[in-house]
Amino acid sequence: MKYYKIILSVIIFSFFSQIIQAQDKNNSLVNKISKNIRCLICQGQSVYDSQSDFATSMKLLINKKINEGYNENAIYEYLISQYGEWIVYEPKFNKNTFFLWLLPILVFLIGGWLVFNKTKFFKL
Amino acid sequence: MKKKTFIIFIITFFIFCFFIFFIGLNKTDDYIPNKTLGKKIKTFEAVKLLDNQKIISDQIFFNNQIYLFNIWASWCLPCRNEHKILMELSKNPLINIVGINYKDDLENANKFLDTMGNPYSLILKDEDGIVSIELGAYGVPETFVINKDKIILKKFIGPLNMESIKEIELLIK
Repeated sequence: MKYYKIILSVIIFSFFSQIIQAQDKNNSLVNKISKNIRCLICQGQSVYDSQSDFATSMKLLINKKINEGYNENAIYEYLISQYGEWIVYEPKFNKNTFFLWLLPILVFLIGGWLVFNKTKFFKL
Repeated sequence: MKKKTFIIFIITFFIFCFFIFFIGLNKTDDYIPNKTLGKKIKTFEAVKLLDNQKIISDQIFFNNQIYLFNIWASWCLPCRNEHKILMELSKNPLINIVGINYKDDLENANKFLDTMGNPYSLILKDEDGIVSIELGAYGVPETFVINKDKIILKKFIGPLNMESIKEIELLIK
């Protein structure tokens, strides 16, 4: 009888811990995604940081989409299709954003070239 | 010689910056990309406000009318100003106005409709704001002009005014 009780409580415990674990996983994914989503009606805040109506609804929607089986990228794609590229903090590489992505590399190369020239100048 | 190239570099840099700002700051709609315009609305599920019956968005579009999806709430002040215009638009037989009641209390919503009139042929409940987000909305009030093929023709962010009536009438023609 005693063993029964122990086994039963272990089963119940593992069942609940699994539910809690799944919930935790969901929540951390919602947090991760909402940190990368811009709150469109706030100034300089992510959906994660904001308490506005828009942001709270957005968090619920992200949770709903995860439960529907969307993965992280699919959710970004969905939101971009609804609200445009502006909603994600990291813009994709395309013909409108190539300059944005290449500028730091360009600045780095030009800087390197300048330093290289300078040192050569000093050596001579 | 070196000084000269440096000055030329600085000048071109400032001219470059000037043009970037000149073009960028003249764009007014930078923060509201109208991605959904001309696109089909995605199918969504909602509950009717008055009888709590489930409805799928596809069931709404059944005849050859222009559908106005109006997001409103009794607590939203601009919605009150906009309501007269919606009442005016509801007289047009070519227009079907669907309300989306945003994060509202049923009792207050009913009071609002009793005193101001009900221009809606159907009202959907949006308790947690998800329906509006799925439509691509920002907040209240907001109005989507959708044709019977479920394509979004126009989006009004903020309250409707006399000018928007003209624009909607133009769209119908």
